[in-house]
Amino acid sequence: MSWRSRNHPNYWAFALHRLSGLLLALFLPLHFWALGTAIEGEARLAGFLRWSDEPLVKLAEVGLVVLLAAHLAGGLRLLAIEFLGWRRWQKTAVALSAGASFAVGLAFLLSVF
Amino acid sequence: MGARGETWLWLLQRATAVVLAFAVLVHLATLIYAVRHGLSAAAILARTEGNVAWLGFYLLFATAAALHAGVGLRTVLREMTPWRGAAADLLVLLLAALVAAAGWRAAFGLFA
Amino acid sequence: MTGTLRVSVWRGAAAGRLVEYEVPAQESQTVLDVVSHIQRHLDPTLSYRFACRVGMCGSCAMSVNGVPRWTCRTHVRRVARDGRLELRPLANLPVIKDLAVEMGEFFAKWTRAGGAFVPAPGLGPDFARVAPDAPARQAASAGIECIGCGVCYAACDVVRWNEEFLGPAALNRAWTLLNDVRDGAGAARLGAVAGDAGCHACHSQQSCALHCPKHLDPTAAIAGLKRATAMAALRGAL
Ligand code: SF4
Ligand code: SF4
Ligand code: FES
Repeated sequence: MSWRSRNHPNYWAFALHRLSGLLLALFLPLHFWALGTAIEGEARLAGFLRWSDEPLVKLAEVGLVVLLAAHLAGGLRLLAIEFLGWRRWQKTAVALSAGASFAVGLAFLLSVF
Repeated sequence: MGARGETWLWLLQRATAVVLAFAVLVHLATLIYAVRHGLSAAAILARTEGNVAWLGFYLLFATAAALHAGVGLRTVLREMTPWRGAAADLLVLLLAALVAAAGWRAAFGLFA
Repeated sequence: MTGTLRVSVWRGAAAGRLVEYEVPAQESQTVLDVVSHIQRHLDPTLSYRFACRVGMCGSCAMSVNGVPRWTCRTHVRRVARDGRLELRPLANLPVIKDLAVEMGEFFAKWTRAGGAFVPAPGLGPDFARVAPDAPARQAASAGIECIGCGVCYAACDVVRWNEEFLGPAALNRAWTLLNDVRDGAGAARLGAVAGDAGCHACHSQQSCALHCPKHLDPTAAIAGLKRATAMAALRGAL
């Protein structure tokens, strides 16, 4: 097993896609459950939203939004390769995905803090 | 699962991906809107309660997410763990159903 | 470049070890030259493969400093690090001895992927006329220069993770035949390349395309198969 043969943009894009996908899959049930429980009463939703004002919780949320944006951008890249037959554009596609997820994360960061 | 089944799973993964791509954008946009305008819990619920469009949106969103995560987890399990075969498929299906149910619960919570 | 190269070479089969040799460096020298020097002057028991020495036969591939390459056309000066080379047998294939791997399974997968040309019924004895600029002809042309070296197969993670996976070279071959208007086995071939052992297992990591010495793009060929098989499934024809 050698890392040198895997050290290229498309491989990193794959690794990031898998990691973000796994973390999102783990987070998804928690997110649904917490929201579903909070919503049962308006007061509890307010409590939930206040709880999510904690800096640490906020940071975790920003992390999740970045994961989501990264997984989304990486997924669009995959769809382009598989359905549009992208070849030469691949490097551009990787760069665009990275840029897009970074931008979304930043926008979210600016808006919540 | 045979070649035909795997092909359908692959298609399902791409179809849900397209649904999710749009849904995630809408979700993030509303989230940023709500945070920027400092919407309170009451204000959020006032906009979603009794709104069939939002209910439909979140039901579709949660279902697509559960299916997409299920197929993805199945692939990761098959490639990176010794887990494959009918038993593992069933477990992933069960997990996806639970995630979908939790999502629906939250969506109905916003609605009613 | 003059002086001495320090070359670590894998000796043994699955179990074995790296043995270090000192080889005189030369101005123009391929990795295969280095291996041949070791075998001829330092240790005649070293096993490795080559035939054409000009990049046509596909028999000389090895792992060079961790990257799969055709050794007859890889210049030492491009790949040596501080005058060092580490040579191992290709990954993802059983080692027979030293630098020689068992390629049987690799080629068996070409057969399983429907890699043999099957003349379409009614083809006739005359030459088929295929317009050079027809899209199918161009898609086939993009993939037919494969020399069967196994570099892509050694570079692919899915091959490592899923022993049934047909691999980039076999799937690339299937795609060229699918685009050959003279071939008559298209439908059966789509069945052979669909699913978890076939094109749908590929994650578009593109290590295959990056390392292929012929600059082929198996990822693009596999994407073509994904679309063709998915269409067939939607039509109920898979
Ligand atoms: S693109 Fe597909 S076949 Fe090529 S190395 Fe990646 S996973 Fe393997
Ligand atoms: S596709 Fe390229 S790397 Fe793979 S066997 Fe053919 S020539 Fe070698
Ligand atoms: S010896 Fe034939 S390709 Fe290298």
